[in-house]
Amino acid sequence: MESLYAITTGVLSACGLYLTLRGRTFPVVVGLTLLSYAVNLFLFSMGGLTTHGAAIIDGPRDYADPLPQALVLTAIVIGFAMTAFAVILAMRARGDMGNDHVDGRKHEEGEETRR
Amino acid sequence: MTQHLIILPVVLPLLTGLLLLTSRVGGTRLKRLAGVGSTLALVIVAALLLARAAGGEVAYYALGDWQPPFGIVMVLDRLSALLVLVTAVLALGCVIFACAGDDEKGSNFHGLFQLQLMGINGAFLTGDLFNLFVFFEVLLLASYALLLHGGGKARIQAAVHYVVLNLAGSALFLIAVGTLYGATGTLNMADMAVRLAELPEERAGLVTAGALMLLVVFGLKAAVLPLYFWLPRAYAAAPAPVAALFAIMTKVGIYAILRVYSLVFGEQAGPLADLDQPWIWWLSLATLAVATLGVLASRDLRLMVAYLVLVSVGTLLVGVGMGTVAATSALLYYLVHTTLVTGGLFLLAEMIGQQRGKAGTRIVKGKPLLQGGPLALCFLGGAIAVAGLPPLSGAIGKALLLDAATPAQQPWLWPLLLASGLGAMIALSRAGSTLFWRSHAGERVGEPLPREQWAGTGLLLAAAPLLVALAGPISDYTRAAAEQLAEPDAIVRALLSDAGETP
Repeated sequence: MESLYAITTGVLSACGLYLTLRGRTFPVVVGLTLLSYAVNLFLFSMGGLTTHGAAIIDGPRDYADPLPQALVLTAIVIGFAMTAFAVILAMRARGDMGNDHVDGRKHEEGEETRR
Repeated sequence: MTQHLIILPVVLPLLTGLLLLTSRVGGTRLKRLAGVGSTLALVIVAALLLARAAGGEVAYYALGDWQPPFGIVMVLDRLSALLVLVTAVLALGCVIFACAGDDEKGSNFHGLFQLQLMGINGAFLTGDLFNLFVFFEVLLLASYALLLHGGGKARIQAAVHYVVLNLAGSALFLIAVGTLYGATGTLNMADMAVRLAELPEERAGLVTAGALMLLVVFGLKAAVLPLYFWLPRAYAAAPAPVAALFAIMTKVGIYAILRVYSLVFGEQAGPLADLDQPWIWWLSLATLAVATLGVLASRDLRLMVAYLVLVSVGTLLVGVGMGTVAATSALLYYLVHTTLVTGGLFLLAEMIGQQRGKAGTRIVKGKPLLQGGPLALCFLGGAIAVAGLPPLSGAIGKALLLDAATPAQQPWLWPLLLASGLGAMIALSRAGSTLFWRSHAGERVGEPLPREQWAGTGLLLAAAPLLVALAGPISDYTRAAAEQLAEPDAIVRALLSDAGETP
C-alpha cells in the first residue's frame, strides 16, 4: 500500500508542477489544484499509514494518528478557498487583459507592450 | 485579564474585521472610525505586551487551556513583542493615510486590512509550525484582495504572478511541515527542538530536507535573490497604503527564518544546527548587490522604493547569515528603522504622484508642485534615512551591522553594504532633483493634499529621527532580544515545564 500511495502522490505532484509552469492561466490553475491534492495526500500520510484504526488512543496499538487528519482538513479548506480565488482572478485577468497569458500579453506583440 | 493580553493582537483585528465585512449599512465615516480605532487599540496592546516582554519573561497563552506540546500556543518573547509593535505602528500610519480616500476606491478596504493585521500578528506570536502556515495563509489571502483593491491592469497582472507563486509556496510549506512532523512527531516548535536533540540518525536526512524546504518557503516570503522577482512589480502596483503595509510582509519571512532556525535548529540539534547559515549568507549578499542595481535602474519612484525594500531584505538577511548575537541585535534595530521608513516612502511617493497629476511617480520633468517645499523636505528626510546617511536612523543601523561583522566577513560585507548605500544615495538624489528642481517653467500645479495623508506619512517618517533620539534604549532592547533568541532553552523550559508529561 505504501508504494502505491507514494506513486500516486508523486504522479499528482509531477503533473501539478508541469501544469503550473505552463504559460496560460487555465492550466496553471488546474496545476495548482493537482498540486494541492498531492499535498493533501502527503499530509494525510505523514503520521504513517494505518488501516482499521480508530482516530483515538485506544490501548497501546492499533490507532491512527489523529493529528494529520485534523491538519489535512485545515489544508483542504484553505486549498479550496485559494483555488476559488485563483479561478476568479484568472477570469478577471482574461477579461481585463484580453488574453489568458500569465504575463498578460501574447508573445508576438511583446515588443510593443513592453515598457 | 492580563493573561489574555497575548491573544488580543489576533482577536481584536479578527473581530473588527468581521464586523466591518458583515455590516454593509455603516457609512464610510463609521468604517474609518472602526478601522483607525481598532488599529490604535492594537498599538496600545502591543506597547503593553512589549513592556511585559521587556523583563525577559517568556509568556505563553494556551488556547482552550490545552497545555503545550499538545495544544495550540501563542508565545510572547522580546522578539515577537517588538515585531507586533512595529506592525501596529506601521498599520496606524497606513490606515490614517487610507482615510484620505484610498479606502473608497474599492470595497471592504478596512475589513481586509484588519484581517491582514490578524495574519501578521498571528505569524509573529505563534509557537507552532502548522499555525505559522495557517497565519501565513490568512495574511496572504487578505493581501491578495488588498493588492487588487481599486482594480486596474497593472494590479491584476502583478496579482496573478503573486498569487500563483504564493500558492506554490504554500504547497511547499505543507510538504515541509509534513516531513518534519513525520520525522519528529510534533509540530510545536519548542517540542521539536527537544526532540531533534535525540533524533535517530537515520532520520537526519529527512529533517534536513524538511528544514531546507522551509528555508525556500521563508525565502520566497522574504524575497531573497532567486525568489524575489514577484516583489518589485507587486509592490509598485499595489495601492499606496497597502504597499506600505506590505513593507512588513517581507519581514514576516525574515522573522520566520530567525525564529525557526534559532529555536528549532539551534545548538541542541547537533549536526543539524545552523544548517541555513551558509545559504543565507551568500544569497543575502547577492540579493543586496542585485537590489542595488534595481534601485539604480528604476525609472519610477514607486518601483525604486520597492527595490529599496529588497535592499533592506538583503541587509537584514546578512545579519541573519552572520549568526552572532551582535549581528542579530543590529539587524533588529535596522528592521524597525527600515520597515517604518520604507512604509513612509511608499506613502510619500503616492502623495508626490497625486500632486504631479499626469506625470505620476515617473521620474521625468514635470510642472512645479503646489506643495513642493514640504514634500521635498519629507523626501529629503526619508532619502537620508533609507540610504543610511547620518544623522538619521539608517546610519546607526548600518554602523551596528558593519561593527558586528567578524574579520572573515568584513571583506564581503563592508564593500557591498557601503556600495548599496552609495547606490541608493545616487538614485534618490537623481530622483529628487528631477522631481522637485528640474521642472518646466509655469504655474504650480496640483490640489492641496488631504491632512490625513500628511498625518500618516509624517507618523511613519518621524520614526527616523525618533529612532536616533531613542537609540540607546532601543538598541539595549534589541540586544536583550538577540540574547534571548540565542538561548532557546529559556523558551523550551517556559513552554514545556508545566506540561502533563516530560517529552
